[in-house]
Amino acid sequence: MAEVAHQADVTEVGYQAGPLLEVDNLHVEFPTRDGIARAVNGVSYSLEQGKTLAVLGESGSGKSVTAQVIMGILDEPGHVSAGEVRFQGRNLLTMSEKERRPLRGNKIAMIFQDALSSLNPVFTVGWQIAEMFRVHQGLTRREAKQKAIEMMDRVRLPAAKNRYNDYPHQFSGGMRQRIMIAMAIALGPDVLIADEPTTALDVTVQAQIMGLLHDLQRESNMGLILITHDLGVVADVADDIAVMYAGRIVEHAPVHDIYRAPAHPYTKGLIESIPRVDLKGQELHAIKGLPPNLLRMPSGCAFHPRCPYRTDQCMTDTPPLYDVGGTRHSACHHWTEVIDDAR
Amino acid sequence: MTHDEPVLQVRDLVKHFPLTQGVVFKRRIGEIKAVDGVSFDLNRGETLGIVGESGCGKSTLAKLMMALERPTAGQILFEGTDITQLKGKTLKAMRRKVQMVMQDPYTSLNPRMTVGDIVGEPFQIHPEVAPKGSRKQKVRELLDVVGLDPDHINRYPHQFSGGQRQRIGIARGLALRPDVIVCDEPVSALDVSIQAQVINLLEGLQDEFNLSYIFIAHDLSIVRHIADRVAVMYLGKLVEVGSDAEIYESPTHPYTQALLSAVPVPDPEGRESRERITLQGDPPSPANPPSGCSFRTRCWKAQDVCASEVPELEPRAAAPHPSRCHFAEVHDVVHAS
Ligand SMILES: Nc1ncnc2c1ncn2[C@@H]1O[C@H](COP(=O)(O)OP(=O)(O)OP(=O)(O)O)[C@@H](O)[C@H]1O
Ligand SMILES: Nc1ncnc2c1ncn2[C@@H]1O[C@H](COP(=O)(O)OP(=O)(O)OP(=O)(O)O)[C@@H](O)[C@H]1O
Ligand SMILES: [Mg+2]
Ligand SMILES: [Mg+2]
Repeated sequence: MAEVAHQADVTEVGYQAGPLLEVDNLHVEFPTRDGIARAVNGVSYSLEQGKTLAVLGESGSGKSVTAQVIMGILDEPGHVSAGEVRFQGRNLLTMSEKERRPLRGNKIAMIFQDALSSLNPVFTVGWQIAEMFRVHQGLTRREAKQKAIEMMDRVRLPAAKNRYNDYPHQFSGGMRQRIMIAMAIALGPDVLIADEPTTALDVTVQAQIMGLLHDLQRESNMGLILITHDLGVVADVADDIAVMYAGRIVEHAPVHDIYRAPAHPYTKGLIESIPRVDLKGQELHAIKGLPPNLLRMPSGCAFHPRCPYRTDQCMTDTPPLYDVGGTRHSACHHWTEVIDDAR
Repeated sequence: MTHDEPVLQVRDLVKHFPLTQGVVFKRRIGEIKAVDGVSFDLNRGETLGIVGESGCGKSTLAKLMMALERPTAGQILFEGTDITQLKGKTLKAMRRKVQMVMQDPYTSLNPRMTVGDIVGEPFQIHPEVAPKGSRKQKVRELLDVVGLDPDHINRYPHQFSGGQRQRIGIARGLALRPDVIVCDEPVSALDVSIQAQVINLLEGLQDEFNLSYIFIAHDLSIVRHIADRVAVMYLGKLVEVGSDAEIYESPTHPYTQALLSAVPVPDPEGRESRERITLQGDPPSPANPPSGCSFRTRCWKAQDVCASEVPELEPRAAAPHPSRCHFAEVHDVVHAS
């Protein structure tokens, strides 16, 4: 038995050469009454073991839909029209549901954006966590309860033991999110996707949770995909950043580069719209205009209607993800100008 | 009613929830002190920011002000009338004046109603505000004002992203042109670019209509930008209240200082060396708050007196704004590092 386990370890070491998880040219469509909504339009990003990739982007740009594809939980009528998602080199999208099910939760886990609707309102919170251990690890009722209370403690729910039998609606928004985190990390996954995990939390708990995720990452070399719009949290924890707009990656770079000098006008707009103390009483800098309608995507670069750097080329030619040097990429025809302006 | 009088006066407000044990035979084993003696004024045209730890009672406070929950004790005076005692018609009339934008854009919108119905719903409850023929046009205007495409009026909430759904909630909150809007985490689901638009929008509407806001958020930099005064809440009580400059530049309560030091700085340079006040221990259960000062179990300054005497929220020698700490001292955390 020990031999077999060892064998498995060796095989896994073999995968360390490549990325842990790769999203490759992913396309997702939603047929709607008014036409096809292209929610994801050729997204590629990759995650290394033990690293944190922050996915930033406009609301509605396809961050959650991409995550749902990785988890294999995309809702009807959405479907993948092209692309691959590789976990340790294997394409998840061609696996049968039977092959995928054991990966979900055990290998790839997710913390959802909407904590309340992902907890079942008719079961107690403690029971829902314990159920994970019973189903996936075959623990007895009593062992599972013990483990569940441990997990509740670990995410710092006050008086965990006394609240084992409470229902989701009896907890505040932030507490429910911590319960979701407890469920996601319960089985020790290799990849954790955290979709806005701390938006409902105050900063002290946010700092604790991010610290907790960081510790778990170090202990188990877990890769973390952090979907967020909090540029403070990103600056604090990310190794790399992928910025999304209208279902595409518009910039992909190490964290320091992006804050020092963004290479895409959308990223630049995001960083400039952070409220700063010296701007109190003035209007905040906001990116003008509306996010694009996915049914009527602008021609050329999808950001062009809102972009101060727009030229005629932008209205006709879709920019490729230009290599900007180092491991940086920007989908802007005018990236040199954008970088120069930031300096 | 003079214009100088506060539009909202909250006095000694208390809300306790029963805490039960057992699944079949529920036994009452105590109570959760969600809001435990809160008092403040809200002036006309003013924004009061409320910040504090998850579970400290902010949303409960918001629901009390909307008369969605009945307080265990205390008063909420809206233009001099205690709304906790209102029923029927007078309650309905008050609801027009105080609107709320909810924390959770997922569960606060009815999934079976179209966006047009959701935003227009207040007009059905209060038909006097908009005659039937003008409603559709009004709804389209509201959608436009919050940055949504008016042509999406017939879509359902699930067809929108989280951020887009939050704007639907704001449009509905604005429909009746209220005097007070209670915003419970109104922008936390939005990306920064749209956050800025919504904050600019809220500030613009405030100037135009002299609106008052209660602005609950965990993002202290946004609160600093929008709020005239800030109230810091811990375990059901306000622990420090002051102007934005007083709270951010000369906080005197240790909890406020810890809170400010935990704010992530949007700049990765030097992130490894940044200093933080890490709070010791877990937040105590609101069912069983510590004696004396409720923060003392996590406070690095705590002494015997903190366990025996509840500190009052009052001006301190260290600074003129009220603080609930026996050992109040100014410590400028934001500029310290
Ligand atoms: N069932 C659906 N039918 C039609 N369109 C959909 C559906 N689900 C999602 N979409 C669309 O797909 C796009 C991407 O949505 P997604 O939830 O991934 O956005 P997001 O980047 O996570 O945004 P947010 O930051 O607001 O959470 C959105 O424009 C949304 O309107
Ligand atoms: N209906 C209820 N029954 C029992 N307890 C409740 C109920 N509603 C809230 N509570 C409790 O009251 C306390 C305060 O909750 P509240 O939702 O007001 O916190 P909050 O400050 O808004 O937190 P967050 O920042 O996480 O949204 C929490 O301990 C919560 O569990
Ligand atoms: Mg999302
Ligand atoms: Mg709340």
